[in-house]
Amino acid sequence: MIRAENIFKSFDEAEVLKGISMTFEQGKNNLIIGRSGAGKTVLLKILVGLFEPTAGNVWYDKRDFFALDKKAKRAIRMEVGMLFQGSALFDSLTVEENVMFPLDMFTNWTKKEKLDRVNYCLERVELVGANDKYPSETSGGMQKRVGIARAIVLQPKYLFCDEPNSGLDPKTALLIDELIQSITVENNITTIINTHDMNSVMGIGDNIALLHLGKLVWTGNKDEVLESDNELLQKFIFASPFLQRLRDAAIQHG
Amino acid sequence: MNFNLFYNFGRYMIMMRSAFSKPEKLSMYWKETLRQMDDIGVGSLIVVALISIFIGAVTALQFAYQLDGTLVPRYYIGYIVRDLAIIESAPTITCLVLAGKVGSNMAAEIGGMRQKEHIDAMEIMGVNTTAYLILPRLIAAIVVIPLLVTLSAYIAIIGGYIATVPVGDLTSEEYVRGLRSFFVPFNIVMMYVKAATFAFILTSVSCFQGYYVSNGSIELGKASTNAVVYSNILILLADYLIVLLLTG
Ligand SMILES: Nc1ncnc2c1ncn2[C@@H]1O[C@H](COP(=O)(O)OP(=O)(O)O)[C@@H](O)[C@H]1O
Ligand SMILES: [Mg+2]
Repeated sequence: MIRAENIFKSFDEAEVLKGISMTFEQGKNNLIIGRSGAGKTVLLKILVGLFEPTAGNVWYDKRDFFALDKKAKRAIRMEVGMLFQGSALFDSLTVEENVMFPLDMFTNWTKKEKLDRVNYCLERVELVGANDKYPSETSGGMQKRVGIARAIVLQPKYLFCDEPNSGLDPKTALLIDELIQSITVENNITTIINTHDMNSVMGIGDNIALLHLGKLVWTGNKDEVLESDNELLQKFIFASPFLQRLRDAAIQHG
Repeated sequence: MNFNLFYNFGRYMIMMRSAFSKPEKLSMYWKETLRQMDDIGVGSLIVVALISIFIGAVTALQFAYQLDGTLVPRYYIGYIVRDLAIIESAPTITCLVLAGKVGSNMAAEIGGMRQKEHIDAMEIMGVNTTAYLILPRLIAAIVVIPLLVTLSAYIAIIGGYIATVPVGDLTSEEYVRGLRSFFVPFNIVMMYVKAATFAFILTSVSCFQGYYVSNGSIELGKASTNAVVYSNILILLADYLIVLLLTG
């Protein structure tokens, strides 16, 4: 469980987050949705501690993150995995070396133990045999999957994903969503996902929070999305004329 | 402007303090250090050799020209080439050139890692990124650059020989006699103090420029340029201070 408490964030003059409080549950896909520029990435980076909030607290279960010293923060980081929007794979390392990097840095396992774990993770993201490829030789979807494998290699308790399916075709995007979903459930992870992809919202949104201009304007789950008459939510979901027509047609047919 | 200077200096100090922390895993830092040594050392051999041979040649010719028609003995050419190389040209010019080659490269590499969120990714894993990115580079530079400077001094002396002896400015024996005259071992100490100090400056300044780069390719280019410009200014300033302190 992660809890954000009254988070404010300003860059110079601009106030990007204006008092966000919300809880992210364990074993669930917690979605933060909103249009580009709503502040999703900034919120995520505050949750993982890459940015300091101007005001507010972040709780990792019973631990008040920003009140901890450097060492304790690093200890929490060991329990955190993150998938970046651009995957953030190290270009000079192969797929295998990328996934192994956290193990190399933080464990004293033997080469064989590390390799077994890496291969298990690669298998988990359906990338068997891609070990020796370099990131530049792989597709965007594969890079995302390598990113996931690297994020889960140290068995995190908390998983963060920033726009996991941006830049992917719809089918690959669905696969990535399903992968994150099943990893979350299997390992009972607290997963937090930034997205503006409606397929994700309707597919894996256990908890959904809509961010608009730095404020939380709606929370609920995927079943409540369609029933809500929150105007901002409706505007966000039915952003395209095509979807609006679908909705109107559905209403007409009862 | 002034505020910016102090702000950046403070940020630099904080970065450097955090860079000197205990490595998470020695073997990983060692691997990175070796990679950097290879990059800095092997990658710079040719350019250092090239500039050094010309520096030696020019020093010798220039001095031969100045001596023309004076009573100063010709063998002084060897002596001047040697001392100028050791005291000034080998450490200073080598490091100014390395700031352009190695420094800009470090700033661009680390800056690219910042922009592509590689640094964030490492931070999330729990890596102390200032230490992991800076310490190996610093150690590699402080070991390898003095070696390059030593090489530069030798090559400059050879350059001086090639430029003067074959054309008959002085004989081979005279040049060697010059090399053996008035030798002050302390000058060697000075050379290494300079080399190590300049290595520290160009590495830390360049890493700093890369580490705090903001987004965009224009910013990356700027960071790389700043790395070279600030390294060069600070190297020359340090050069002056070292000479002041060590010869005073
Ligand atoms: N490092 C930063 N410095 C200044 N402004 C920033 C920074 N990061 C984000 N912002 C601003 O914060 C706002 C929200 O950005 P972001 O969280 O990236 O939106 P998104 O919801 O698309 O992820 C934007 O207006 C952006 O310009
Ligand atoms: Mg974003």
